[in-house]
Amino acid sequence: MTTLAQLKPRRPSGRPVWEEKPSRLGQLGKGTVIAIIIAVVVVPLWVVVVTSLSSTETINSAGGYVFLPREFNPSAYIVIFQGGQVTDAVLVSTIVTVIGTAVSLSVTVLAAYGLSRTGTLLHRPILFYFLLTFLIYPGMIPSYLVVTGLGLKDNLLALVLPAAVSAFNLVVLRAFFMGIPTELLDSARIDGAGEFRILFRIVLPLSKAVTAVVGLFYAVGYWNTFFNAVLYLDRNDLQPVQRVLQMFILAGQSPTNAGAGTVVHLPGIGYTAPPNLAIKMAVVVVTLVPALIIYPFVQRHFTKGVIVGAIKG
Amino acid sequence: MSSPSVVGTAVTPRTKEAVSSRMSVAARLRRDWPLILMCIPAMLLLAVFHYLPALGNVIAFQDYNPFAGDSPVQAFLHSEWIGFGNFQYLFETPAFWDSVRNTLGITAFQLVFYFPIPILLAMLLNSIMSPRIRSLVQSVVYLPHFFSWVLVVSLFQMMLGGAGLIAQTAREAGFTAPDFMTNPDTFYFLITSQAIWKDAGWGMIVFLAALAAIDPNLYEAAAADGAGRGRRFWHVTLPGLRPVIVLLLILRLGDALNVGFEQFYLQREAVGRDASEVLDTFVYYQGISVQQWGVGAAAGLFKALVGLLLIVGANKVAHKLGEQGIYAKK
Repeated sequence: MTTLAQLKPRRPSGRPVWEEKPSRLGQLGKGTVIAIIIAVVVVPLWVVVVTSLSSTETINSAGGYVFLPREFNPSAYIVIFQGGQVTDAVLVSTIVTVIGTAVSLSVTVLAAYGLSRTGTLLHRPILFYFLLTFLIYPGMIPSYLVVTGLGLKDNLLALVLPAAVSAFNLVVLRAFFMGIPTELLDSARIDGAGEFRILFRIVLPLSKAVTAVVGLFYAVGYWNTFFNAVLYLDRNDLQPVQRVLQMFILAGQSPTNAGAGTVVHLPGIGYTAPPNLAIKMAVVVVTLVPALIIYPFVQRHFTKGVIVGAIKG
Repeated sequence: MSSPSVVGTAVTPRTKEAVSSRMSVAARLRRDWPLILMCIPAMLLLAVFHYLPALGNVIAFQDYNPFAGDSPVQAFLHSEWIGFGNFQYLFETPAFWDSVRNTLGITAFQLVFYFPIPILLAMLLNSIMSPRIRSLVQSVVYLPHFFSWVLVVSLFQMMLGGAGLIAQTAREAGFTAPDFMTNPDTFYFLITSQAIWKDAGWGMIVFLAALAAIDPNLYEAAAADGAGRGRRFWHVTLPGLRPVIVLLLILRLGDALNVGFEQFYLQREAVGRDASEVLDTFVYYQGISVQQWGVGAAAGLFKALVGLLLIVGANKVAHKLGEQGIYAKK
């Protein structure tokens, strides 16, 4: 398996003898472009984190967003996690992500293994059934009618079940399972192992990395779920974090129901009520942090084969 | 069973299709039922939440009235069939054609301004010597792919909005920065830069793989023959990237009517309907907000059918050009 880090450009070490020496100007230009690209991604995230940890005075003297950190003031986080809308939302999103990923991963792994050997009965029609989802879309209106018709309005399952199976992830897993040597599976069969035992004792332990990547894909999808919540959830206490983020940042709702105005005691700082902007930024950080945490895993395990195979569909 | 068995009949190699085809269906079922069983949960989920709604698109031919019955199924059975009435209404609605025009305009705009970016990024990254800088850049540019659209649009709002960081910095320096987030005239630029920020780094991966697959000896041979940087790029790098570029171009063309939904839904209030309405948002507002279910479904069905034609057509073109396309030629 080739990891991304190993996806090396053509030269493993140094410049080959036949290549021209780079010009000073060229190198400088390249360095500048790279620095700009990194800054464009990192600066917004930096500003959000620093502002969320700032006090009213710092925010006022900066005129709004804070670039240079002057203090570490976690009062905004304390306030949003004291109960109220943000706390509910984090809870809801966590539940949806955990349950959703468990459901999705189980059904996808099972189906991917079930389809991993050519020549089994009904192999082609079943594969076609899954691949057809790439060409035929369900359509928003009928989906809405089906989900509400099943009584899933204001039910968190409405965020899970419609998104539970991704044929894309299934194809990725299946391609990997197909690469496992048949001799290995045949020998297990000779020893009397059934298909389920082979899957859980041999195939899955050999596919930890790719299974983890697919699981993380599903998890990111569930954490980022937004529009299904717009469609299917009316109750305020059921909204996931992305909805709350939209309300506070884009719809301009004031974060009072996140606890703005609440005074908290911070040892060493005294009593403070965090500014609205810091609370908003703390909400942004909360939606962002899970992606940041899982990201190194994705990057480490992500394989060249996964990506290219996936693109080929 | 004609295949060699080791222990009784329980063990049958499945590697060779030739062996399978000589077995009876009953024997294959006896052998393969656990595998089929494993596919069933995923198939059921897709049946209910993918294929059933796909069939449900037939309400495009109905004057669907959700109050005609107690459940959507009852309502469906009791709603009146009106043939192509919804389509007729749709095609006479200027707002529908506006959304089609916006969708295609955005696709065209992004083909020009978005599509080349991942290719350029991949080549830039490929030219970096230091492995540490290379993996740093990779880590940074892949990251936004994992952010939600809500987060991306929010971050843009904080940077470029009327009260954003840039406006704030400009104010302190005594200038007024334009508010990009509410200006309908620059909306194409706005959404394209958001798309680039979020996904261009991720899109680079495919091209990196293609670049890594180019035989380094080709470069050396070209250099030995006196080819400079430009010539090596033109005669070695570009031909190496060509299959991937063609494939992705086809995928994008086949997807011309899909420009995303959430990004437009989130910014519709700020820039107004005229600039931001695309087919998907039209379906939503017509169908679910205004509750003209049949008309919304008709717009959705129109989009699905044209999209299917586009994909099949794009593949035909790919096969004509001698490329593989998304699915192989049968």
